[in-house]
Amino acid sequence: MTYRLVVNGEPAEVGVPGMRRLLDVLREDLGLTGTKEGCGEGECGACTVLVDGEVVVSCLVPVCQVDGSTVRTVEGLAVAGGALAPLQQAFLEAGGAQCGICTPGMLMAAEAFLAAGGEPTDASIREAIAGNLCRCTGYTKIVDAIRLAAERRAGAGAA
Amino acid sequence: MPVEPPVVSPRSLAEAYALLASAPHRPLAGGTDLLVQLAGELGPVPDRVLDLWRLDELRGIRVAGGALEIGALTTHAQLRRSEACAAHAPTLVAAAATIGAAQVQNRGTLGGNVMNASPAGDTLPVLLALDAVLVAGGPRGQRQVPAAAFWPSYRTTALRPDELLLGVRIPIVDGRRQAFRKVGTRRAQAISKVVLAASWRRDPTWRDVRIAFGSVAATPVRATAAEAALEGASAGPEAIDRAVAALLGELHPIDDVRSTAAYRLEVSGRILRRLLEDAS
Amino acid sequence: MTIQTPASRPTTPRLGRAVPLPLRREGPAKLTGRALYTDDLVFPGAWYGATIRSAVPRARLLAIELDPGFDWSRVAVVTADDIPGRNVVASIAEDQPILVPVGGEIRHQAEPVALLAAADRDTLREARRRVGLRTEPLPPVFDPLESTTVFAHHELVKGDVEAALAADGLAIVEATYRVGHQEQLYIENNAMVAVPREDGGMTVHGSLQCPFYVHRALRTGLGLDDAHTQVVQAETGGGFGGKEEYPSMIALHAALLARRTGRPVRMIYDRHEDLAATTKRHPAVIRHRTGVRRDGTIVAQDIELVLDGGAYTTLTPVVLSRATIHAGGPYDVPNVRIRSRAVATNTPPNGAFRGFGAPQAEFAAEMQVGRCAEAVGMSPLEIRRRNAYRATGITPTGQVLHGDAAALEVLERAAEASEFERVRMRTAAERAGRNPRARTARGIGLALGWHGAGFTGSGEAKMGSVASLELTGDGRIRILTASTEMGQGTKTIFPQLVAAELGVDHDDVEMGPQDTSLVPDSGPTVASRTAMVVGGLLVHAARRLKAEVEGRTGRPFELSWRDDARAHGPTRIDERFSPYAGRAFDDATYSGDAYPTFGWAAAVAEVEVDLDTAEVTVVSVVAVDDVGQAIHPVLCEGQVEGGTLQAVGYATIEEIRLHNGRYLNDRLQTYLIPTSLDAPRIETILVEAPFEDAPHHAKGVGELPMDVGAPAVVAAIHDATGTWIDELPASPERIVAALAGTTAPGPPGVSTVSAAASASSSSSMAPAP
Repeated sequence: MTYRLVVNGEPAEVGVPGMRRLLDVLREDLGLTGTKEGCGEGECGACTVLVDGEVVVSCLVPVCQVDGSTVRTVEGLAVAGGALAPLQQAFLEAGGAQCGICTPGMLMAAEAFLAAGGEPTDASIREAIAGNLCRCTGYTKIVDAIRLAAERRAGAGAA
Repeated sequence: MPVEPPVVSPRSLAEAYALLASAPHRPLAGGTDLLVQLAGELGPVPDRVLDLWRLDELRGIRVAGGALEIGALTTHAQLRRSEACAAHAPTLVAAAATIGAAQVQNRGTLGGNVMNASPAGDTLPVLLALDAVLVAGGPRGQRQVPAAAFWPSYRTTALRPDELLLGVRIPIVDGRRQAFRKVGTRRAQAISKVVLAASWRRDPTWRDVRIAFGSVAATPVRATAAEAALEGASAGPEAIDRAVAALLGELHPIDDVRSTAAYRLEVSGRILRRLLEDAS
Repeated sequence: MTIQTPASRPTTPRLGRAVPLPLRREGPAKLTGRALYTDDLVFPGAWYGATIRSAVPRARLLAIELDPGFDWSRVAVVTADDIPGRNVVASIAEDQPILVPVGGEIRHQAEPVALLAAADRDTLREARRRVGLRTEPLPPVFDPLESTTVFAHHELVKGDVEAALAADGLAIVEATYRVGHQEQLYIENNAMVAVPREDGGMTVHGSLQCPFYVHRALRTGLGLDDAHTQVVQAETGGGFGGKEEYPSMIALHAALLARRTGRPVRMIYDRHEDLAATTKRHPAVIRHRTGVRRDGTIVAQDIELVLDGGAYTTLTPVVLSRATIHAGGPYDVPNVRIRSRAVATNTPPNGAFRGFGAPQAEFAAEMQVGRCAEAVGMSPLEIRRRNAYRATGITPTGQVLHGDAAALEVLERAAEASEFERVRMRTAAERAGRNPRARTARGIGLALGWHGAGFTGSGEAKMGSVASLELTGDGRIRILTASTEMGQGTKTIFPQLVAAELGVDHDDVEMGPQDTSLVPDSGPTVASRTAMVVGGLLVHAARRLKAEVEGRTGRPFELSWRDDARAHGPTRIDERFSPYAGRAFDDATYSGDAYPTFGWAAAVAEVEVDLDTAEVTVVSVVAVDDVGQAIHPVLCEGQVEGGTLQAVGYATIEEIRLHNGRYLNDRLQTYLIPTSLDAPRIETILVEAPFEDAPHHAKGVGELPMDVGAPAVVAAIHDATGTWIDELPASPERIVAALAGTTAPGPPGVSTVSAAASASSSSSMAPAP
């Protein structure tokens, strides 16, 4: 079967079995290895990507269900020219990434949270990333980073 | 990379029924259970998978004919956002909010939770407590199965192999109150150790009491002895004591990887007592 | 975050504080998805490898049977017979085979027996199902208290415990503590890719902490020399000790398959295999008998400690050593006897995990001090004040503590920041006046800890690590060490230390790759030794480089290094570790300076306990850690916060149940770690009591927070509920059992047994891993 997706703004066409996980399509068929596999059962969130703007764990989504969809991965976050997006910059400054393996999924969950435009309280941020396990940071600096990014976004919007 | 059985994605229910009639297929909704089973090699690999995701006729939440009707493909996220659910089945909203986290709630469906038939399925005690009816469809037409008869034994359902779950009907009952409590290992993304859903009316005696538990038996169960101890009883601690005592007599949970029989039994009694006290 | 330099001490120069802190060196690559972890590496033509494991806890392996109905021509099969070198995973002892040979003894449920590789994963999956193992069961041992196979043992004696305990007027407090396994749960699973070389050598790329451990294991198992063995660390997604020693096994497996097939072989574990087979924190049983005077002075500690090593030696003797030395806690007690042993059971081998024996020992020590405080009616804070080590205090190995013994400082800072006594008065009042139908109870708990910095005993002196600094001919400054980055910040702080010495920008200093063919053996990245020991070597190397260049050019290094490189060519400084002056340990008598120095930590946790379900919410933790000197405060705080949450998980929810010696919690659906919603607010306070013998005064930070988090949380549960939980995790099941008298779960870490396990059966198929 051939499936058509738009991945990080680029059309992509893959001829693969329909039950292939979106994770494997991204990593192996499209060579986008920024999305990570941590458990293969939807528990750790390392493989989190956005499908039509919603967070999903790409290890639990068969490609047949995203035919025609828009997919965003960590590779699609950086702004034109490869500079870090404000969210990525906030993670870098606040110390929100340590070993980095949860980071791509964490960023995508954070991106969906920022896009939804909710109040960036400690509780709302923690709720937004509750599906993304991190073993390095204790989450404190990840929460700080997302709040920083939200504040900068709000500041930029107001300016 | 897990095994990838062949899959077909019909665009209409008629097409889906025809496929089911032609050969056995394992239905696939949001994938949050089936893909875990495939990746973990937990059980036999289905010969064919029937992807239901394109069947928009199985989506949607509406109030009709004195009931809340929820399509089988309604996701947990959609349940959480639904005003109709919040009004008529707040316990279902509460249960949906405890399933996985945002990623799983965006894909996992009510129908998938029902058909996965796990004794720990968080929405299932809610459906029992709300006297839900499960609507099945197949080549011979539709039929309705009460939730109380839907999960006859461990991880099985009342559906035949050529039938699909179309949706859930929850009768809207004036004056019905409801409550939900899940006990898990952590605050997000946890499979329950004990899950309790209940509904009742007060006039002011206990009326139409439904008490249902998950994770304490091979299937989600109604605590009928506890219900009977309350039904028609007047408010007050005596009825609650009797109900809890009845519950402790009728539940027979087991030890497993998530918890112990002793804990499950003790805590089932305690959360029921708390729920009934709060309702008094 | 607060950094406190004690007023009583001279302020030491603050590295990098004058300028903005450098950002994580490899951060941009990790944040954009460009960082390449092992499974991201592409090797054209690579095959996929798999491990066939035993499915019985103890047995004689009679035969490995390949289904004749399967086409094996498409599959490479490797057994013990195919090992060109010695069939041992080289470590402290050489008891663990790479693959169990036919006729050999299977000693645990996840033991590697055979290896398979195939060009595609479908073939490999099918092949795995077609391998059977014929075995003859042998009786397994699961309870460490019943094991007679002792890996190591110690007896540490100071004063006369029996005489002291017989004195009048003492409260004698006795209790037994048990802790279970804990999984490191790095989010990147173990992974290795072996690439055969045309010269007969082998290159292995992988997720690992210790390149030269893997290097030695490959040389031993493959019979290769140095020049033909190369280990390259890929980006590594967390380790926490879990990638200290098992990667040697996986590298050997991948390399054996690569050797057989002549192709690169990918050995990428999935989460299930990683959980089922790789090492965990050691379960322990720790018995305390303590004599405490009515004024709160602890006069005697009699401690017996048993570690469950699992089936093979691995690092267990060293873990036992650290557990033994830390077992009394950070208290200056005149009479101490610590008897310890590590024993074998038929369960997967246990190994390194952040803290390395100290968290188990210090959990017991701190619970015991809490009990002593209760016995004499004293505040948990006050009893620690009375007994905590001061400078010139003498440890059970006879080590005299120096002026950087910061126990009281971390204790007071934690008490102050958490308002410990005030909150404790409130929780006590709440407990006294609690309505029997109250829903929740709040509690506060305190713990104090110490952690020997760097290797135990003479380890560092024997290793003689080397770190190198190179000024290349084209004018680049390059650090060459085997110290790995796995999130803790090695690649950021090393250039920071060197740049500060040389007076150059952070970005002017490069990190060489962690490739054994390019870097010296600067020792393993373990024991919180990287910043302290290897960082110190680099500071010395930078000073030498600076002196050499300035000697040649007559100008400051920062103005002359490029000219010097052009004119003089490359300069390389190899700095070898020499022991810290005046610190020595005698292995024979097990006495002396067990560590160059100690780091000190205190934690105060507040919890809310649901009185119906005993679910525990850890609301907040104040973590105060003495790190000698914080090289990079943001990264340093990150270590404290991460370690604290691992300790919270250890205290509350992380548990592995076993049946017939097999882990039942072998998937992420069943082994649960804290999510963002379970994580408390963590307030970190860094204290800097400088380690004067290190040029940069750093002591290391990685393990410190792990030692105090769990006892603080469990003390808080006690404060809330009035009940002591003596087992970890202090799960709701254990709390309800203690409060309501219902049946308690079995002891943590000990396998249950089914009747069938002891019956004699003949055959078993290997499970799909």
